[in-house]
Amino acid sequence: MTTPLLRAEHLSRHFKIGGALSKRTLHAVDDVNFQIGQREIVALAGESGSGKSTIARLLARVYQPTSGEVYFSQGEEDPGTPLSAMRSRRARLRYASEVPMVFQDPFASINPVFRVSHGVLRSLKLHRPDLSAREREAEAARVFEVVGLDAAMLERYPHELSGGQRQRVGFAQALAGRARLILADEPVSMLDVSIRIGLLNLMASLRDTMGVSILYITHDIASARYVADRLIVMYAGQIAESGPIEEVLADPRHPYTQLLVSAVPDPRAPLSVSAEADQGEPPKVIDPTPGCRFRFRCPIAIDKCGNVTPELTLVGAREVACHVAQSGAEVKAFTS
Amino acid sequence: MLEVSGLSVDYVLPRADVRAVDNVSFTLDRGEFLGIVGESGCGKSTLLFAIAQLLAPPARIAAGSVTFKGTNLVGMTDGQLSAVRWRDMSVVMQSAMNALNPVKSIGAQYRDVMRAHGKTSRDEIGTRSAEVLRMVGIDQAHLRSFPHQLSGGMRQRAMIAMALLFTPDLVIMDEPTSALDVVAQRSLMVQIKELQRTLGFAIIFVTHDMSLVSHFSDRLMVMYAGQVAEFGATRRVFDEPLHPYTKGLLEAFPSIRGPRVPLKGIPGSPPDLSVIPTGCRFHLRCPVAYEPCNQVAPELADQEGTLVRCLRYTQDHSEERSVAL
Amino acid sequence: MALQATVEARRLPTNQALNRIGRAVRSNRKATAGTVLLGIFILVALFPGVIAHDSPTLDVYQPHLGLSSAHLLGTTAYGQDMWAQLVWGTRNVMIIAFTVGLAATAIAVLVGIAAAYLGGLWDGSLSVITDVLLVIPLFPLLIVIAGYAHGGSTLVLIVVITATSWSYTARQLRAQALTLRSRDFLEAARVRGERKIYIIVVEVIPTMTSLIVASFLTNALYAVLFASSLQFIGLGDPNTVSWGTMLYWAQNNAALQTGAAMWALAPGACIAALGAAFALLNYAFDEIGNPALRPVRRRSLKQRSVQQGENRA
Repeated sequence: MTTPLLRAEHLSRHFKIGGALSKRTLHAVDDVNFQIGQREIVALAGESGSGKSTIARLLARVYQPTSGEVYFSQGEEDPGTPLSAMRSRRARLRYASEVPMVFQDPFASINPVFRVSHGVLRSLKLHRPDLSAREREAEAARVFEVVGLDAAMLERYPHELSGGQRQRVGFAQALAGRARLILADEPVSMLDVSIRIGLLNLMASLRDTMGVSILYITHDIASARYVADRLIVMYAGQIAESGPIEEVLADPRHPYTQLLVSAVPDPRAPLSVSAEADQGEPPKVIDPTPGCRFRFRCPIAIDKCGNVTPELTLVGAREVACHVAQSGAEVKAFTS
Repeated sequence: MLEVSGLSVDYVLPRADVRAVDNVSFTLDRGEFLGIVGESGCGKSTLLFAIAQLLAPPARIAAGSVTFKGTNLVGMTDGQLSAVRWRDMSVVMQSAMNALNPVKSIGAQYRDVMRAHGKTSRDEIGTRSAEVLRMVGIDQAHLRSFPHQLSGGMRQRAMIAMALLFTPDLVIMDEPTSALDVVAQRSLMVQIKELQRTLGFAIIFVTHDMSLVSHFSDRLMVMYAGQVAEFGATRRVFDEPLHPYTKGLLEAFPSIRGPRVPLKGIPGSPPDLSVIPTGCRFHLRCPVAYEPCNQVAPELADQEGTLVRCLRYTQDHSEERSVAL
Repeated sequence: MALQATVEARRLPTNQALNRIGRAVRSNRKATAGTVLLGIFILVALFPGVIAHDSPTLDVYQPHLGLSSAHLLGTTAYGQDMWAQLVWGTRNVMIIAFTVGLAATAIAVLVGIAAAYLGGLWDGSLSVITDVLLVIPLFPLLIVIAGYAHGGSTLVLIVVITATSWSYTARQLRAQALTLRSRDFLEAARVRGERKIYIIVVEVIPTMTSLIVASFLTNALYAVLFASSLQFIGLGDPNTVSWGTMLYWAQNNAALQTGAAMWALAPGACIAALGAAFALLNYAFDEIGNPALRPVRRRSLKQRSVQQGENRA
């Protein structure tokens, strides 16, 4: 078992809400444990408000965790250095170069007043100080070609590029450092359907040819299945289910995963009737009490679900946080 | 009930006029669900606004007519249109957060709408508001809530309820589910279909997500670069797509079931409408384009009930059809 | 090979930018009008001696002369050539307009953007200062301060007006900087490890250039109006040659009532024209930056059909 590239342990992030005197906290991410291995694409799926974007920002160090720790392996021998120990500017820059982020909106994630080469060159300047100016230019051209863009496009302005091309620029910027894990926050959600496949194929090739791992955050399970090796399903700030993607999708054990899978529109399959039963919404988790957060929408909730928060435990080849699943009983919540 | 004939919409720009919608025609019967799909820039939203007579300068209807229940809406003044608006035809916009007034409660907005279109009695307004909210599954206590207090899915349903205040015969929806998550999307679609079944109104539903309407629409219109590319019964279009673009689109949706196969998508991007390619607008991206495609602009051909705009289906090119698509 | 070309191409951005500005100015009517008008005033301010042959302070002429070829606008009650005064006065007004415009904008940019970016206590205190200045009625404040400075020279006027008028545009700049703060490309810069000062100077300010230019035009416009007003009521140095002082002296000598209307009308018209120039440029900037505001122009049917023919081809 090779050392995982990144490990999150008991990771939590809470936000204070209300006025200055209020004591209420929003639990965006609560006690989350997961790993990302070398050379793999992990899909992090969930509805909005599930905490997936917060996790991306925790890993990108935009937010500090309220509690818990993230460990990042900086080399073959390194079992994982905690992020909180990376305080110096050097350490931060090194982490930023190894764990870059790609953003969702191709129209807002590139500075409109500069040419598209600007971000790549800045990344190179910050993260590859060993390169001379000339070498930086060459490297920028090379990275553009890796993501499928003509080197001549370096001179264009963002408004001259299409949405798909801009997202490729985003990936080029991510690759300009020494990327080992790319945090991709819904990179294709705002693109036309026919363009998405191109970018998803790019992500798969980055994993296969460059050995880069990717954390692919999305609410679109079908695209997750297309590129990812493993799937983490989040609900209300906690992980509901996690495991190899084919297994989880073929035989989901958490009721919420079943709901998600049945709600995905698939023109080739007949309309799944069970999804109609659900009209609930994911909760805003403010000052939560113990118990499973899905219980209000769950048709098979038992007494225990209202009192004890389920822990993510291994059931077969995947991990589930559901009392019913852990008890060994069959979970038939939203399947036809 | 609705007949759109030869509708074309131009954007009047300093350098040249850009035709965003080119010669679209179709009819809609009572209670029918028509889905209009296409990617960004294909003109579907512009078409919708043109039908609803909501175009703002620099867009204007350049040609064609929109005959709703016998009268041509094109060219009518606002005064004449207000008799039709909301009572017989209503519109649901893309993002409820943008369409709903953030500083007014839901009930107050319903009141505004009803007063604007004739109903003034307090009791009538109250009962009807509660009734439409119940129809979409929202507790009537929310009449006093403000939009930001409702979740995304509830807001969209409140908007749909608002569109149903006068039980119109036609409801036009512009991507009402795009801001929602997959579960909320599914439940909203089911709700819409259910409402249609009980109240009997016709729906024109515009979206970029084909799979969303696949189980709900009766007929499907695929638009590309301002023109109708394919138009026919939904199941037909999905099971046997005729136009290469439709085929490409369908194949660009990764499936959640079945084997994992590598997909290709459609290379390139939709054309800039101010510089339309010669011949067929899709030929530069078409995997099966051949000789005449870059010279002859195809017209819509009837292929056993489905209309398709592709040279492979017009009379004179029937020999080429034998080439495997 | 391609690399060489790209390196060289990047050395020409200023050329490209100037080209784009040139095209924008020519295509927009308001921009053309405003530029031409402002250009005239700038030329007059730079080369007054070329346009007016007399010295503005020379008072050897016969007073109250009407318009003639020798004295284009006539003479004042003190025997000075009015045209010379008007032309030479332009310099004083332009100096005030541009100096105050630049200084007030610089302060507004610093305060507004820093407040938006540093947030917290910094934002709080800077905003309080800005708001207080915004709320105090400017004109009475100007009068009080100018009164204290014992009838100020041009420098005093510049300082006083700058100090009191930066707050308006600071507020606007802060508001725009706040909306930019959450833009993805700024977060992208943060995530890749850029320092805060770099982000503010290199990433934020260039995207705000249109608002900064608009702020300059606004501040310059108000400088002209305020300075002229202060000079009109006698708080400027009445011995400087300026449009406002011409109005002051005209008022003192009841110019409008005694038939020497040109003494008041000419400088008044110039103030209005310069103000209009700045305002036109401001509108033009808005329209260039935001295509939705542009007026819809009708082209002839013939033009349109020709273009459509070209489109199809």
